[in-house]
Amino acid sequence: MLVRLKIFRYDPEKDEKPYYQAYEVEADSMDRLLDCLNRIRWEQDPTFSFRMSCGHGVCGSDGMRINGICGLACQQLVRGFKGEVLIEPLPVFRVIKDLVVDLDPFFEKYSSIRPYLITKSSPPDTERRQSPEQHSQFEEALRCILCACCTASCPVNQNQETKDYVGPAALVRAFRYLFDSRDEGEEERINLLDQKQMVWGCQTLWKCTEVCPKEIPITNQIGQIKRRIYEKKHGR
Amino acid sequence: MIFKHDIVIVGAGLAGLRAAVECAGQADVAVVSKVLPTRSHSGAAQGGITASLGNEEEDHWEWHFFDTVKGSDYLGDQDAIEIMVRDAPRVIYELEHMGVPFNRTPDGKIAQRNFGGHTRDYGKKPVKRACYAADRTGRVILDTLYDQCLRHKIKFYSEHFLLSLIFEEERCVGAVIYDLASGKLHLLQVKALLLATGGCGKIYKTTSNGFASTGDGMALAFRSRIPLEDMEFVQFHPTGLFPLGILVSEAARGEGGVLRNGVGERFMERYAPTVKDLAARDVVSRAILTEIREGRGVGGEDYVHLDLTHLGGEKIGRRLWEVASFARTFLGIDPVVEPIPVQPTCHYIMGGIPTDVDGRVLRDEKGTIVPGLYAAGECACVSVHGANRLGCNSLLDLLVFGRRSGQAMRQEIANYGFSQPSEEHLKQTSRAIQDLLSRPEKERADSVRRDMQKVMMEYGSVFRNEEGLTKGIEEIRTLKERYQKVGVYNHQKAFNYELMEAIELGYQLDLAEVILESALHRRESRGAHWREDYPQRSDQEYLKHTLILRTPRGPEVRYKPVKVTRFQPEARVY
Repeated sequence: MLVRLKIFRYDPEKDEKPYYQAYEVEADSMDRLLDCLNRIRWEQDPTFSFRMSCGHGVCGSDGMRINGICGLACQQLVRGFKGEVLIEPLPVFRVIKDLVVDLDPFFEKYSSIRPYLITKSSPPDTERRQSPEQHSQFEEALRCILCACCTASCPVNQNQETKDYVGPAALVRAFRYLFDSRDEGEEERINLLDQKQMVWGCQTLWKCTEVCPKEIPITNQIGQIKRRIYEKKHGR
Repeated sequence: MIFKHDIVIVGAGLAGLRAAVECAGQADVAVVSKVLPTRSHSGAAQGGITASLGNEEEDHWEWHFFDTVKGSDYLGDQDAIEIMVRDAPRVIYELEHMGVPFNRTPDGKIAQRNFGGHTRDYGKKPVKRACYAADRTGRVILDTLYDQCLRHKIKFYSEHFLLSLIFEEERCVGAVIYDLASGKLHLLQVKALLLATGGCGKIYKTTSNGFASTGDGMALAFRSRIPLEDMEFVQFHPTGLFPLGILVSEAARGEGGVLRNGVGERFMERYAPTVKDLAARDVVSRAILTEIREGRGVGGEDYVHLDLTHLGGEKIGRRLWEVASFARTFLGIDPVVEPIPVQPTCHYIMGGIPTDVDGRVLRDEKGTIVPGLYAAGECACVSVHGANRLGCNSLLDLLVFGRRSGQAMRQEIANYGFSQPSEEHLKQTSRAIQDLLSRPEKERADSVRRDMQKVMMEYGSVFRNEEGLTKGIEEIRTLKERYQKVGVYNHQKAFNYELMEAIELGYQLDLAEVILESALHRRESRGAHWREDYPQRSDQEYLKHTLILRTPRGPEVRYKPVKVTRFQPEARVY
């Protein structure tokens, strides 16, 4: 089948501003959108740049905006598209070249929520115990592959006035550690997250949950963090 | 620019990150990765990591030791295997203490599951030895190690690509790297360098590997006149999603899934009467391909079925969530009610850069160390996997030997000062790139790469023979000549993936030739290396490791002995 695409292009060395370029690619019915993009750069236009690695939705490299919605190019089969497919970089982040965006701020925000287990007591000789029920409290958050689709889709992050919001991805990881029964850093986590640009930046707009390629119930998890903060502050 | 670090680790997968954490705070360490951290292919590992904890069933390190030796078809070095399996429980507890969220038993201990080739009582029955986190074990361990690197504030050169290794009087003193974001070259001056660059599955058409798995470290070591070891042993994982080749974890069979042919028969009962679908991977891959060759593929096609329909939605949702999502996303299949089409897919290379048990690279069969150079992970060959790797032993390998390499480097940098590698190295690399960019007759890298991938599938995959290997080598050599004319059209500085892939193709072609030559010289069948013309294993002639060395006359094959300690080679049946 013939796939028609309109792709956002920008080369900082020579372009004053971005432009859109049309391409046509012959595709097999089982091809991923990623396969089309690769065919374009391998056979037609080698100047076209985008990130990719695993090709099956576990590494998080190929996040982009497809027909206006953020997602992973490797997870979308071409047969799901009718008409021209619009391909653009993830919003919110500075475009470096074509679909490659600057994710340093994303990883910095991720770092800022103390994304590692905080323990104060000495570990036992063997494993710390944790029940299957305790494990399932935060298990869905483990699916996160840091693809940035959620943060790129968040209207709060997209708005210039509120762009300092730490963003849904960082909060998913914060949730993962806050709700891990083995973590002993609840007090410092609560203090850290109980800030305007931290958890209170979330306006419950659900865009993150809608786009997450790993089906993580992000808005719900952020809500659970808010409730935990409230419980701690008001002793309920 | 020139950067100085005590230790540089190339590769941000599990072996690299574990080594980095081991050196943190004790030395100035930096990690170079051509992809953003957390994108490394360790994150795609699904099934689990093995240790004889005995949390669900009785288990002993001696049994794990035997299984790994037998799994390796007696080619693994038993001193190294013993180190690995005895260290395994410590590794698991250390990971858990770092925060890895393993699945749990009802009484709160780390849960374990069955996995191919892992047995109780020296082969009697399958044993639950694989610790796991649903079917995303690699993902969670990699994330935890990355989080530890953040905690230790480890320096990363992200999206920097390794272009050359610098040696002075046989000692490794540095490297040249390429910054993908800017197109600039940098020189790294080091006291110790660890290669943790992973595998090379993208040499084959059907592979579970990501696009970055192009064997960079192995190829550069080979070009530096370091021999590569056991390169003929390439593992084809039995269950790649058909037709993409995406990994469908062995865990699916560990949880009770079974393979069925076109007539619905559970055919592994014939090939491995004792452990059936949980036989070692090479055995299962050959079984699947034999069924297909003999016309019993599903609908006469080139695949068989992986049947999970009897497992129930709850178990699949809990323990095989990722696998189920692949089946849904790429094939529109719900594994709760329909079987999944699978075929063998190129998955792992047992061979690699020869090292001792502390990651020090060896340059010959006598064990001469290359000062300053270390290797760990899939790109290294210790050898703990011999002719075939058991599932869940790779994650263990990465953590055991990643840590040991880190320790060795940390201790040994005290012996070295910084050399001042000349800027000539930068100029030389820059000239090579200019050459690629300015070739007059330009063939595209993509068509050469696709032809290479087809040649390797045809002649160098599961079933091999003399004629095919000889032909394959000829065709790879022709491709290497075509490669001399491959040019790069894209002259842009930022994120020039065409340039990177053209350089990677050079690495891949070198390794393709090395794999086929090694395979040609081994005239026996052992583990993953099956010769239709020599279907028996021959310990008398071939109980030895292959070493292949680059010389002006072409690749030269030598051998070195296998370290046999506790288990004498026996017939390998499952």
